[in-house]
Amino acid sequence: MILQQLIILGKASRAWLERLGRAYILFAYMVWGIPSIFRRFHLFIQQVYFLGVFSFLLILIAGFFVGMVMGFQGYHTLAKFGAESSLGVVVALSIVRELGPVITALLFAGRAGSALTAEIGLMKVTEQLASMEMMAVDPVKQVLVPRLLAGIFVLPLLAAIFSAVGILGGEFVGVAVLGVDSGAYWSQMQSSVDIYNDILNGIVKSIFFGLITTWIAVFEGYDTVPTSEGVSRATTRTVVYSALSVLALDFILTALMFGEH
Amino acid sequence: MNDSNTSLISIKDLVFHRGEQIIFDGTNIEIPKGKITAIMGPSGTGKTTLLRLLGGQLPPLSGSIHIDGQDVGRFSRKQWYLLRRRMGMLFQSGALLTDMNVFDNVAFPLRENTALNERMIRHLVLMKLQAVGLRGARTLMPAELSGGMARRVALARAIALDPMMIMYDEPFTGQDPISMGVLVKLIRSLNDTLHLTSIIVSHDIHETLAIADYIYILSQGKVVGEGTPENLQKNPSQWVQQFIHGMPDGPVHFDYPAVEYYQDVFSFEKTP
Ligand SMILES: Nc1ncnc2c1ncn2[C@@H]1O[C@H](COP(=O)(O)OP(=O)(O)OP(=O)(O)O)[C@@H](O)[C@H]1O
Ligand SMILES: [Mg+2]
Repeated sequence: MILQQLIILGKASRAWLERLGRAYILFAYMVWGIPSIFRRFHLFIQQVYFLGVFSFLLILIAGFFVGMVMGFQGYHTLAKFGAESSLGVVVALSIVRELGPVITALLFAGRAGSALTAEIGLMKVTEQLASMEMMAVDPVKQVLVPRLLAGIFVLPLLAAIFSAVGILGGEFVGVAVLGVDSGAYWSQMQSSVDIYNDILNGIVKSIFFGLITTWIAVFEGYDTVPTSEGVSRATTRTVVYSALSVLALDFILTALMFGEH
Repeated sequence: MNDSNTSLISIKDLVFHRGEQIIFDGTNIEIPKGKITAIMGPSGTGKTTLLRLLGGQLPPLSGSIHIDGQDVGRFSRKQWYLLRRRMGMLFQSGALLTDMNVFDNVAFPLRENTALNERMIRHLVLMKLQAVGLRGARTLMPAELSGGMARRVALARAIALDPMMIMYDEPFTGQDPISMGVLVKLIRSLNDTLHLTSIIVSHDIHETLAIADYIYILSQGKVVGEGTPENLQKNPSQWVQQFIHGMPDGPVHFDYPAVEYYQDVFSFEKTP
């Protein structure tokens, strides 16, 4: 009985490791195929447009709400120490360093990543990928590489928009609702937020998040079991794996960036 | 059909497995140049698999495949891509790219594989669409086509690069009698006017007997019968007769391999 359980466990972990291996092989192959993007630059532009438009409104709304919540939370904590005028710093730092990249990546995985997986998975089900191969067109270069690069390019842009809107949301709550001085909100932020330490690190984070979420999304689509059930399972997996990877990677990157002293 | 000078493709001792299942078990097939060869067999015998082996999308376990004099067994990815420019394939579902219209679908292999300018491409695409009778449908999207039309567009796309051979996976299924007749004529005339070699995979006996120059019947990984349509109808083999006359049981089993029915029915512990 226990032996049987162990065998099942062993088989499952082996299958999982094999998938992981295939994901790495696909990644290496995509990296090798990156130069081909110069011949198909329009595909990259097209995907930047699609992925960006897909998530744009979502990011705007989410960013504003998160900023407003940070405004309330920050104000109440700071008020205890009579430091309400530092609200701008607290809102800006927590959003630019953490919430902006992470929440944007999670929303991106749920909106654009799942759509990518479903699209590529359906292309596999309907034999479009196989027919490309037979027309001597490599589907990895034609379909996957433009999407991967577009994801890496788009996510930092979306995170920047999220951060900007979030800081405005914080200002709306802090200044218009709770009566913090507008000049203090902005000037303290300006003097305390560092281009290199804060903003650049946030951008680096979202580049990594863009890479990992889009990689997972295109791999899950490409590796789909070609049935309609297979596509729906792959879509779910994309969202779950992307979310977990983003959070784990965020821990690692944060430890590397801010873990010293 | 052993004269290798007139063969475009020769398959020797092909072995291929899917997990436990043996799909090909020492199969030998010769595809003569310039002719229409049909591969027939019951559903699930591996006809589609055979086309995928010929297109290099699956590697054989053992045996050799020669295409146009080249041993493709050790082909690199690059060599396969070069060879595929000279192969056309019509997929069972048509497999049109759903995000572009009919014109762009037919233009796709030309744009990707040649350096022709847009005027030349337009010229070629309209010519290919005219050949399948769908020049007027060039602005439609694949979702707006009927199944039969989609397959004809896919056919135009498959011949866009003027291949040396074309493989048809079940071209006749789901066609009404008129488009069936059109398609049969089309396959014949394309084969003869473009000097193609055609391979048709099918289980539609009547159409295949009418169109093919030579027929192979596969069952359980082996060739169980071969010959011209006339010879095949006279073939004394029970297998061949069963298949041609569509009898449900005989030497070829319609059922997927299983233990004896009574054993399954009376065994309670071994579920499922
Ligand atoms: N991806 C796969 N993984 C595992 N087994 C497969 C796969 N694809 C096909 N098979 C098995 O291979 C066998 C041959 O399949 P194939 O699609 O070549 O049959 P076919 O002759 O084309 O049938 P049909 O006439 O129904 O299209 C089937 O029994 C099927 O179970
Ligand atoms: Mg088939």
